[in-house]
Amino acid sequence: MHIVTFTRSTPDTAAKVEVDGNGAVSWGDAATVVNPWDEYSLEEAIRQATNVKGDTTVIAVGGDLHNDSLKHSLAMGVKNAVRVNADGLDMTDSLQWASLAAAAVNNIDDCQLVIFGKEHVDVGSDQVTYQTARKLGWTMLSYVSEILELDAEGGTIKVEKTVEQGKQILTAKLPVVISVLKGINEPRYPSFIGIRKASKATIPEWTPADLGIELPASSITHDAYNNPPPRDITSEIIEGETIEEKAAQLVDKLLEEKVL
Amino acid sequence: MDFELNDELKMFHRAVRDFCEKELKPHAHIAHETGELNWDAIKKMPSLGLTGLQVSEAFGGVEMDTLGAAIAVEEIGRVCGSTALTISAHNGLGCGPIMAWGTDAQKEKWLPMLTSGDTLGALALTEPQAGSDLLNGAQTKAVRDGDEWVINGTKAWITNVAWSPVLTVLLRTDAESGSRGFSMMLVETDREGFTIHPPEKKMGLNASKSHMLTFDNVRVPVSNILGDEGNGFYQTMQTLDNGRISIGALSVGLAQGAYEEMVKYAMDRTAFGEPIAKKQLIQEKIANAAMEIEAARTLIYKAAWMKDKGKKFTKIASIAKLKASLVAEKVCYDAVQVHGSAGYSRDYAVERMYRDQRLMQIGEGTNEIQYLVIARNVLKEFESGTFTML
Ligand SMILES: Cc1cc2nc3c(=O)[nH]c(=O)nc-3n(C[C@H](O)[C@H](O)[C@H](O)COP(=O)(O)OP(=O)(O)OC[C@H]3O[C@@H](n4cnc5c(N)ncnc54)[C@H](O)[C@@H]3O)c2cc1C
Repeated sequence: MHIVTFTRSTPDTAAKVEVDGNGAVSWGDAATVVNPWDEYSLEEAIRQATNVKGDTTVIAVGGDLHNDSLKHSLAMGVKNAVRVNADGLDMTDSLQWASLAAAAVNNIDDCQLVIFGKEHVDVGSDQVTYQTARKLGWTMLSYVSEILELDAEGGTIKVEKTVEQGKQILTAKLPVVISVLKGINEPRYPSFIGIRKASKATIPEWTPADLGIELPASSITHDAYNNPPPRDITSEIIEGETIEEKAAQLVDKLLEEKVL
Repeated sequence: MDFELNDELKMFHRAVRDFCEKELKPHAHIAHETGELNWDAIKKMPSLGLTGLQVSEAFGGVEMDTLGAAIAVEEIGRVCGSTALTISAHNGLGCGPIMAWGTDAQKEKWLPMLTSGDTLGALALTEPQAGSDLLNGAQTKAVRDGDEWVINGTKAWITNVAWSPVLTVLLRTDAESGSRGFSMMLVETDREGFTIHPPEKKMGLNASKSHMLTFDNVRVPVSNILGDEGNGFYQTMQTLDNGRISIGALSVGLAQGAYEEMVKYAMDRTAFGEPIAKKQLIQEKIANAAMEIEAARTLIYKAAWMKDKGKKFTKIASIAKLKASLVAEKVCYDAVQVHGSAGYSRDYAVERMYRDQRLMQIGEGTNEIQYLVIARNVLKEFESGTFTML
């Protein structure tokens, strides 16, 4: 079985990200990091592939900015990496993104399981996970907190999902797309041996032509973008003789402001 | 001339930064307060290569060059001085001599255990009566008795030994032969007659432990000799040349950590109506730190590079260590100053860094000894007319 996972480079969460009037996002010279949610999906892909003695591929959609994350994935222990890109790709158009993602998955033999991180931290969205599943025509299981069993021979996967009211246990027929939550595992650090290999790797790039598809025209135009108005924050230090007195004052103020 | 790290080192640098931020930085304050290392983190180090930086892969290491090893120690030093000294001593003093002079049997026996993340390596040179002047002052001796050596004497300030299954010891094996009268020997720490005394009460680097050791008729087989009999003093000098690059890198790391704390605090703290970072006198400290760290790091990188290229590096290693240790002191001093009263409080990292940096001018040869080594090499170059280039 081949397990596929996705990653992308996102601005470091400490970086100061700015959005201009056209909606274009920039973060100056700040470094990019692996989308933090992907650390868990990468780890899970490596673990599941080890269990079923399968192969792993990590895919990034977009420009060569994402090679850093692909190399990080290789250094962690994912076996193959590939980047899919297309002229005219609008990274904010999730349907274009998902079309390329699904075509890339279809281009990999014997892929039965696709693992996404919970969301893309830069755009704060997870809709590509559902759209990719829809494009593939596969079952989608989101917010998986544990893979209880991946049965390659029986062709099923049993997972625990976190839902608002609690936990849900589900079994689904493969092939399946899942998105995984933070607590599912403890992601490993890249190993030095992995780094040595990954640093020498060249990342192949697939185009729509390689995948036998055409990039669907983007149906979105960006008409305007307004940054939220800057918030006016004032801070106040509460004085008082005792902790109890200060706490009582704090509660009064919170009630006054209708926070409580 | 190329100032760019190669792809492998760039990725390694980043991975170590990430590891240090997540695993070591949150514990650094606890290490300072409790004197306990974060062993959970140390046990995770082998796969990243931090416990076997320059040990060959066959024995659990990653065979990095000196530059890579320096970068690793700098990064650890940036977040936690105690862990950095532990790892620097482990790699350079503990694993280094065994890797350089060990027989296959000695390497196979000890290096996998030392790189496992469960134990640490150590080297015993210093004695209560002799640190800088080992040649005349070191008294701990080994006397041959059949197939064994019998060791008697006292060593002092031996870092990591409490976690070592074995350590390398500099011993006088022939009282008459001067610098040819020393040998290095491996001594298992469970040998009869070997005692580890309580840890020294130090000014800083609280979670790194250094101990006095006594040898009371400790017997080791002749196969425990490390390298050739009579070569111990020269092995010591070589080990210290390497160690200086590492201690220099650690100094740069401490300076870098303090510098980051200083700049952030200066941007945050206001006085007289604006952040103190806007005051020219504070800016002078910031600019100085930026300049000095750049200079020190460049020297360390150059020393590492010269060693990796097989060039003579004794002088540059001393220059780099001397400069870096002075920079660490100055930057940590200024970082405390910029913090005002907060800098004098144990609640702020700069208080710890200021304490930690003080060792850098003492360990692996005091700064006075570095001046001496540099001047001696310069004078030799002038005498022989080889001073002109590089
Ligand atoms: C935290 C810590 C960890 C250590 N870890 C180890 C370890 O793992 N293994 C180990 O073997 N040792 C270790 N040491 C010992 C260290 O290497 C010695 O302290 C150092 O070499 C200096 O020796 P000394 O303390 O005997 O000082 P001394 O040699 O007595 O020097 C005293 C003073 O005299 C100066 N001086 C000496 N000679 C000259 C000269 N010719 N000209 C001018 N000035 C001179 C020195 O610079 C110094 O200022 C450690 C020390 C510390 C503090």
